[in-house]
This record gives sequence, structure tokens and C-alpha cells, in this order.
Amino acid sequence: MTTSVVERLGGATLRQVQYVGALVMQLGDALGDLRRTLPLVGNRNRWRSAIGQMLAVGVDAFPMVAVMAICTGFILAMQGASELRRFGATEFVIDLVTVGFTRELGPLLTAIAVSGRSGSAFSAEIGSMVVTEEIDALRTMAIDPVEFVLAPKFLAALIVLPCLTIMSNACGILAGGLFMRLSTAMALSVYLRDVAHSMVLRDVVTGLVKSVAFATIIVQVGCLEGFRVRGGPDAVGRSTTSAVVKSTFFVILADAGFTAIFYLTGGK
Amino acid sequence: MAGTPEAPTTGPAISVRDVVVSYDGRRVLDGINLDIAHGETMVLLGGSGSGKSTLLRQMIGLEHPQSGQILVNGIDLAKSSEKDLKKVRRSIGVAFQNAALFNSMSVEDNVALALREHTHLAESTIRLMTWMKLAVVGLGEFGKISPQALSGGMKKRAAVARALSLDPEILVFDEPSAGLDPIVAAELDELILALKRAFNMTVVVVTHEMASAFRIADRMAMLYKGKLIAVGTKEELQHNPHPRIRQFFDRVPDQIADSAAVDQYFERYLEGSAT
Repeated sequence: MTTSVVERLGGATLRQVQYVGALVMQLGDALGDLRRTLPLVGNRNRWRSAIGQMLAVGVDAFPMVAVMAICTGFILAMQGASELRRFGATEFVIDLVTVGFTRELGPLLTAIAVSGRSGSAFSAEIGSMVVTEEIDALRTMAIDPVEFVLAPKFLAALIVLPCLTIMSNACGILAGGLFMRLSTAMALSVYLRDVAHSMVLRDVVTGLVKSVAFATIIVQVGCLEGFRVRGGPDAVGRSTTSAVVKSTFFVILADAGFTAIFYLTGGK
Repeated sequence: MAGTPEAPTTGPAISVRDVVVSYDGRRVLDGINLDIAHGETMVLLGGSGSGKSTLLRQMIGLEHPQSGQILVNGIDLAKSSEKDLKKVRRSIGVAFQNAALFNSMSVEDNVALALREHTHLAESTIRLMTWMKLAVVGLGEFGKISPQALSGGMKKRAAVARALSLDPEILVFDEPSAGLDPIVAAELDELILALKRAFNMTVVVVTHEMASAFRIADRMAMLYKGKLIAVGTKEELQHNPHPRIRQFFDRVPDQIADSAAVDQYFERYLEGSAT
């Protein structure tokens, strides 16, 4: 009985280690192939495909990311104000929203939205290509599936996620301004001046560094789930669920790691 | 144009030597030895689960054996460098069972893909070559449409056009007649024969359709439970006394002994109810 528990624990651990290993190897391949997707120096078909992906991952996601950021900005301002008002420190809501969004909520909200929209789409697309033997067909045509399918998505996400994050920051902070305007009649220009005062370049940059890491996680996990599909259409369905669950999990894990690093190295 | 048989004619086109493949401890291929000569049409026969599709995947380098070798034009697929492997792959055209056309591209772009990836030809040349490949399989006018709009037989023919795109020496078909009505399946057989005549290619076909096998094969190889139980010409296999081959050729189900018992049971049951 004990051995079976130990065996099962060991087996499960090995599978996780194997998964992370596969993820790291795929990332290595993808980084190697990234150059081929660049304009001018790379293959123009890959660049064209990357542009298509930028539209799908970025432009199409913008309305959703914007609405999420506006709602969250508003929520954060309201929750903050209800507490801070008791100390007569309602103006600190501006700091709360600005710092909260640039450091944390902007990148995280964007990553979660993109993971739900595009991480699942990546795994579904690649998974169904595995099931219909299209990936095998690519390989028999001497075309590397990682370069052909994954690399353009990777490049697109690396470019688009920081852009979405900046827009998400802007939307969230503006929503905070709207709240201040409604609750304390503070003019938007005054609000924005205070925002500029409390916004620090370091916060914005660390947020963007996070968003690049999140983009990597979403693409690698989403695509790996697709490539690992075995069997029929039901396996494709399971892979999309697992892509969203795993990428969200890894995004939050990475976020915790990054925040700890920035906290420890931040000084003040 | 295609299939330059003069090039490396020394030795077989594909040579399978002592190949063993297991999945999860189950032997799927058990010591397979098979040589396929240049310009020959080899049909791999076998029932479901006999290992014929696995053998095919080995021959086209999608998987590598646990032991043994697969040599294509003398190059060991498992040991060759990435560059050599790519070269070998470009000399093999594969038409997959479900056609495996890229649904995100038009039929024309499917056929042109390998040319765009591996050659520096001008777009106008690629278009012309693509049209020629499609015309060979009788789909000259269907280049612009999406693969989803094609019928089953047309999809398979488009897949053949794509397999031909780099003028391969070896053409591989996985279950060409699966899912097709007899007339369309026969048309596809004719296409395979015509291609072979025109380009003198080495053709490997995996199938369990006896009619199709007899029409196209120069030689046949019969797989049963991961072992090669016979290799030979159509006539040799037809007269082979091996019980499994006889069973396969005569379409006899496996549970023949049991079905006799079932008959007996019913006879007794009917007798019992009569009295």
C-alpha cells in the first residue's frame, strides 16, 4: 500500500518534471527559430503569418482587455476609497490605482485575457493539426512544425502583449480618474497630473518585463498542449482546457516570482 | 522530371533491417526485414493493428525504431543529420490517409507550400508548377478553392498533387482507398498506376483493400501482429498456404471456431424449445 502511494507520487512528479523539460526544450527550439520570423532577415512567409497572429492575438483582444481593465480600475478605486476615506486619504486612491496597474494588474489582467482567448486557440489549432496528420505532413515536407506554426505566434505574442499591457494600464488608470471625478469632483487634468507624479518608470518597465514573460508562457504552454494531443477530437477539447488552466497557473506562479525579485531588489 | 532512377540505383530505394518498435512494452513491429527496389510498387497488407501504418511512419522518418535500421537510398534515417534527413524527406512524397491538407490555405497554396519553403523560384514559376501538379491529378480548375469544399476523392487527389510537388523519387500512400466509394477508389488506383508509368517512381502503398492491392502491386508484403509473414509477387501471395494469408484473402473472421459453437447452441436451443 505504502509502495503504491510512493510509486504514484514518484510517477506524478516524474510526469511534471518531464512536462517542464518538454516546455524548456520547446522554448529553446522556438527561440532558435524566432530569427526566421523577423522581417528582412527571416522568411517572409513567417513574418506574414506573424502579422496575422498579431491581429488575432492583439487587435481582436483589445476590446475585451479594455473592458476588463476599466472595470478593474473602477473596482480598485472604489474598494480603495471606501477604506482610505476613513482616514481622509482619498487622494491615495490615485497612487493605489497607478502603482497597482503599472506593476501588477495591467500585465496580469492582460495575460489572463490572452491566455483564455489565444492560449486555448493555439492548442486547439495545433491539436487539430496533429489529429488530421497536418503536423506529420509538414514534417514529411521537411518543414519544421515549431518554426512554421509556433514561431510566428511566439513573435506576435512577444510584441503584442506589452502593447496590450500598456493599453490596459491606460484604461485602468483612466477608469480610476472617472471614479475620482464622480465621487470627489476632481478634474481629470488634476487627476492625470497626480498620476504622472506617482507613476515611476521602474514600475512600468517591470510590468512590461512581466508581460514578455507571460507571453512566453502562454504561447509555449498553449502550443505544447496542442503538440501533445494524441487520439481524436475529444483530446483536442481536453488540450484547450488544459492549456488555459496550465498557462494561467504558470502566469501567476511567474508573477509571484517576478514580484518577489522586484521587491527584494527594489530598495524602497 | 520526377524520380530520377539513374541517380542512386545501387541498392534498394528503401531498406528495412531488423526493425523493432514497441509502445509501452508492446511489440508493434518485431524484427521486420524488407527491401523495396527502385521503380517498384510495394503494397503493405495487413489487418487493423498489424503494424503496417507504424512501418509506414518508420519508412518516412516520422518515428525511429528502438533497434534496427531504415535506409532510404542508403541513408540511415535514425542516424542521419538534420540536413540529410531533410534531404531524404524532400525525396519522399506522402499522401496521408485523411489527405491532411491545410484547411487554412487554398488547394493551390497547399501544393505550392513545399516549393515556397524549399526553393527560390519566382512566384509565377511556382504558380505554373502548382497548376501542372494539380492538372496531373485532374484538379487543374480547383486551385483557388478551400480544401474543405472538395469531396473525399478530390481531397485525396489534391494530397497526391501536394506529395508530387517536389518531384519525389518515392511516393507513399497511407490507405488510399479508405473512406472512398469503389468507383472513386478505382480512379485513385488508376492515378497511382499512371503516375508510376509517367515518372517511374518507387511507390509504397499501405492498404487492406485486396482489390486495390491486386490492381497496383508489383510485390506485396503481408504483416500480421508486427511480423512480416510473407513477401512476394501477387501470384506468390495468392498461392501462399500460410493460414493467416488464406484467412485474409478469403475474408474469414477470427472467431470462426466460436461461431460454430454458437450454431450448435442455437440448434440445441431450438431442439429444446420444440420439445
